[in-house]
Amino acid sequence: MAAQPQSNKAFTSQLTKVYGFYTGGFIAFVLILAVAEQMGLPRVWIGYLFLAMTVLLYAGIGIMSRTNDADEYYVAGRRVPAVFNGMATGADWMSAASFIGMAGTLYLTGYSGLAFIMGWTGGYCLVALFLAPYLRKFGQFTIPDFLGARYGGHAPRFVGIIIAILCSFTYVVAQIYGVGLITTRLSGVDFTLGIFVGLGGILVCSFLGGMRAVTWTQVAQYIILIIAYLTPLVWLSAKQTGIPIPQAVYGMQLQKVTELEIKLNADEKEIEVRGIFAKRAAEAKALLADIPKSLADGKANLDKNLAAAKEAKDDAAIAKAEAAIAKFPKDETEAKAAWNKQAGLAARAAPIAAHGEAFAAKDEAARTIAKKNFLALILCLMVGTAALPHILMRYYTTPSVKDARASVTWSLFFIFLLYFSAPALAVLVKFVVYNDIVGTTFAALPEWVKSWQAVDPSLLSLSDINGDGIVQRAEIAIGGDIVVLATPEIAGLPYVVSGLVAAGGLAAALSTADGLLLTIANALSHDLYYKMIDPNAPVARRVMLSKTLLLVVAVLAALVAAQKPADILFLVSAAFSLAAAGFFPALVCGIFWKRATGIAATLGMAAGVGITFYYMMTTQPWLREVFFGTPRSVPAELWWDINPISAGLFGIPLGFIVIFVVSLVTPAPSKEIQHMIEDVRYPNLKRA
Amino acid sequence: MQLTEKQQEYWHRNLKITAVLLGIWFFVTFVIGWFARELSFNFLGWPFSFYMGAQGSLIVYVWIIWYYARYMNKLDQEYGVDEGEE
Repeated sequence: MAAQPQSNKAFTSQLTKVYGFYTGGFIAFVLILAVAEQMGLPRVWIGYLFLAMTVLLYAGIGIMSRTNDADEYYVAGRRVPAVFNGMATGADWMSAASFIGMAGTLYLTGYSGLAFIMGWTGGYCLVALFLAPYLRKFGQFTIPDFLGARYGGHAPRFVGIIIAILCSFTYVVAQIYGVGLITTRLSGVDFTLGIFVGLGGILVCSFLGGMRAVTWTQVAQYIILIIAYLTPLVWLSAKQTGIPIPQAVYGMQLQKVTELEIKLNADEKEIEVRGIFAKRAAEAKALLADIPKSLADGKANLDKNLAAAKEAKDDAAIAKAEAAIAKFPKDETEAKAAWNKQAGLAARAAPIAAHGEAFAAKDEAARTIAKKNFLALILCLMVGTAALPHILMRYYTTPSVKDARASVTWSLFFIFLLYFSAPALAVLVKFVVYNDIVGTTFAALPEWVKSWQAVDPSLLSLSDINGDGIVQRAEIAIGGDIVVLATPEIAGLPYVVSGLVAAGGLAAALSTADGLLLTIANALSHDLYYKMIDPNAPVARRVMLSKTLLLVVAVLAALVAAQKPADILFLVSAAFSLAAAGFFPALVCGIFWKRATGIAATLGMAAGVGITFYYMMTTQPWLREVFFGTPRSVPAELWWDINPISAGLFGIPLGFIVIFVVSLVTPAPSKEIQHMIEDVRYPNLKRA
Repeated sequence: MQLTEKQQEYWHRNLKITAVLLGIWFFVTFVIGWFARELSFNFLGWPFSFYMGAQGSLIVYVWIIWYYARYMNKLDQEYGVDEGEE
């Protein structure tokens, strides 16, 4: 991280040495903790040490990389070697959702979950082929910069700023929420306090050194998160299959899981449990049909029981009847909530959907809808990847166009390491649950099942529904996040590895939050203030303003996250659809079609985002409730059965069409702009 | 200030390789995805469509980007539009 200019080669080898030592040091730290644990270090201390060590480390890198220079602050001096930019992009990219949520999603949804695996990797093909090398040649600071220069005038830049903030802010709220969750789990502190501790780590780093500090921190975070993800998985694989390369052998385990699925679906006890759930759900549905009447009837019935028990002077029966009355809903709202929840048990009455089967559904029509939505989601995630400003910004930081191209390869390679492991993890854990847990007695459950059930019943809860004392698959309710969080214990590893996994999740969430906050602050200070309001502002003031805004935005995002907004996952996916529909058509047309005009791009971006937002607003249950007060029970009118999560499917083509049509009826861009486009297309254009 | 014929040829060859690689990307993602149910024969232990979604297509994606970078670096030199050393 030396400031003096030196050749790229020497710089790269110096970095390799620094990060080599760092990785060795980190492994040594984990080993020392492991020894300390054997010698009796309490678990709470391991959690605290991991939290303190990693946050201090990130802050330390931030302090070492502090800068006020514009080039350093916005694009890390443009001398980040391709491999390191690849790692930084990997950490920037992989959020808490990738690290903790993805394997869980795959566990719960099987083949359908692969949409996230393909969508969040294949998007890099679009980055490499359509954007990264050209943006690097353009060589400014932000994405709105490119829109402003290419399309001319303030309008395209301004729309770009709004879209960048809209998608980055929704995304960063989800990250900070994740930071709070993990800090709480790691150290046991209160959720809100957890958010602000994590926030401290983010801020020291990006506040002092901008892109430069964020880059070198993200490299460090990538190393932690990949070690944390692969260690327990490799161990579990060695334990379960005898081969420590899970990615190569889990096909075998998938076959076994499929056999178990067939066996379990035909099992009489399983059918009995599912039947009980179906019955309870049906009862609730009947109660919901006329709530006031059901409430009055139920109440009268309970009172009658109590009276009968009192008459019989049966103390046990009186207590039982009183308890039943205490549990019975007090008013209509409470009754509705309770019975709706009970009606939701219908989901647990369904047989297991095959993990490896594509578009498993009850009939051909449902399968076609599943297929359409699967492909639509992949498209939105891919195009969204190629349009999220915090990712695209990273390709401004390489020394050359050649490095930018190589850097996309490295980015995807480092992301690939985690993404091709997640499906393996899901299958291995599923095998443990179906093979080891199902069929044991409730008394003989393994220790990790008991402890997680006590920690958080929403992650794992088992109850003996049919009262036979044996665990049936249908009696297990599982939350996706447990797949990653509990793997170390399932694999029989010491607690220190659980701490490592939590530290990895924290690294994933912090690194993404860093990149996003920087994007928002830069859009406001560089694009809005410097380029549009005061073009004569001195560098020092611009950087200072960016730092101040960073603080303000971070605190705002933390305040929103502390409210624990509903539907976090939806927020993340919404960011992708909005970015895809807003930026992608304008960016690609800007490079590949000289005739695209500024008015067309502005209208295209607005139309793309507009229709995407409109579709979400009218079809997503939570947003519909917020904007129109429509109750959630009213079915949404979907277009071609496309789920609101893939709203970008309508926005992307509309954006392209609007740009195409409007460009043809507006005057062609000026000679200077056409020349600029030509320059962007060649790494080094010598004009005759 | 016009681009030379050679420079225009460079751009056209770039467009051509971009289109070919995009075609491969589309095939691996959407064509195989569309026929996922039909393509569920056993492949090294996995159902083929599951393997493609979980691993195969990812390997192809990495390959596409790697190949594009290599191809374009060569093309830059061939047409004299490379950035040179340092």
